[in-house]
Amino acid sequence: MTRSPEILLKGCAHLGEKTLFKHLELQVKAGEWTALLGPSGSGKSTLLRLIAGLATAAEFDGQIQTDDQQSLIGRIGYMAQQDLLLEWAKISDNVTLGSRLRGEIWPSERRDKIIEAVGLSDKADKLPSELSGGQRQRVALARTLLEDKPVILLDEPFSALDARTRADMQDLAASQLAGRTVLLVTHDPGEAVRLCRNIYLLQNEKLVKATPLAPPFPKPLDDSKALALQAKLLMQIRAGA
Amino acid sequence: MNSAFRSGIAAMLGLIILWQIVVTLTGVPRFILPSPYLVLVSFIENRGLIFEHTLVTLTEVILGLFIGIALGMITALQFEISPTAKFFLKPVLIFSQAIPVFALAPVLTLWLGYGMISKVTMAVLIIYFPVTSAFHDGLTRTPPGLIDLAKVMQAKPLRFLFLIKLPAAVPNLLSGIRLAAVYAPIGAVIGEWVGSSQGLGYLMLLANGRVKTDLMFAALFTLGFMSMSLYGLITVWIKLSFKRFETH
Repeated sequence: MTRSPEILLKGCAHLGEKTLFKHLELQVKAGEWTALLGPSGSGKSTLLRLIAGLATAAEFDGQIQTDDQQSLIGRIGYMAQQDLLLEWAKISDNVTLGSRLRGEIWPSERRDKIIEAVGLSDKADKLPSELSGGQRQRVALARTLLEDKPVILLDEPFSALDARTRADMQDLAASQLAGRTVLLVTHDPGEAVRLCRNIYLLQNEKLVKATPLAPPFPKPLDDSKALALQAKLLMQIRAGA
Repeated sequence: MNSAFRSGIAAMLGLIILWQIVVTLTGVPRFILPSPYLVLVSFIENRGLIFEHTLVTLTEVILGLFIGIALGMITALQFEISPTAKFFLKPVLIFSQAIPVFALAPVLTLWLGYGMISKVTMAVLIIYFPVTSAFHDGLTRTPPGLIDLAKVMQAKPLRFLFLIKLPAAVPNLLSGIRLAAVYAPIGAVIGEWVGSSQGLGYLMLLANGRVKTDLMFAALFTLGFMSMSLYGLITVWIKLSFKRFETH
């Protein structure tokens, strides 16, 4: 993996007549987790898709910069709310999808090591349909890890999981993705405070930065400061609605 | 035995009984409507002849299926690979459907002769469109999430087509193939009616001309049985071999 860059997004976006956000400045710090919190329809997924270079329905007027002045193309790993596994392909083939799509070869020891790290060694030859929802999302994480990109964009990847699996996945992702520039889009303040050094709240066309907690991350589930911040953020979201 | 199969058998038996009742009650002459019993007798007496002609029709149908499905798949993939091909060929393909394939049968016989080739071509023509359009439909409906993933991963276009779009379109292709299994025998038999010296369609015309109505019915039922078996076999094959491609 190359050095993780910092990302700065500045600009406005419109969805037809509606303004999604204006004069917004989002700073995704190098090598740290940043959360983008907000209610549904606030435009947080649009922001992530803009950084990922994916098509959006919104019209964006602004710029996306990195601190090393290099393009983000080819430096991004992406996880969505759906695991996006190929139902017809074995787990091991799903994990190596990126290399296969680019026609590259991959070291099979590295693939096996990553599958082991997410705890699925015994499932490598199975089909996705034979796995539980949590296991499937772990395959998606393994696929992202094998890509070994310095920037990771997470679009609510844990929100479809049950509470226990979600907490497990958060810990696993936090340990495996440490040191990369991570942007996590979520509607769950609890998830944001547990995992992220920097927290932005996108609401009513504006971006508000929350006072950050001191490392280390992820926070224990019963960390009192994290719980207090979670409550504060939730109250802020409710007040803004 | 599944319930659809059982109800199918029951319906068939019911119809045969009804048929026998109609023949007995009305006393209709046997050259107009022979009884099911006479049809069975004719079938047993002419089994060698019927088998011979069935083999011909079956060969035409299977060749037609293979070629038609292959051509349909290649066309649909070509549409995805080259927008220019799609731009020029898709309207032509749709327009060609405005001409009934039946109307082409005499021309095909004129061009390709009385032999098997004109019948195989009829079968190919009749299944080409359903296969192409079903498969192409599937290729254009790749789940958006997979398109996003491939874009972020910087997929090469051809690899994206063969690793993601094609497998994701397999369920659509399979429904096209199931349709083709139903249509292909129709094409082959139409070809035989227009001009041939072999096949079940030929045998039916021949028996009809000689007022051997019982033999005509025997050939007709053999054709029906052949088509249903083919459809059944393809359905079972699809169920067993392509389970993993079903969407969840």
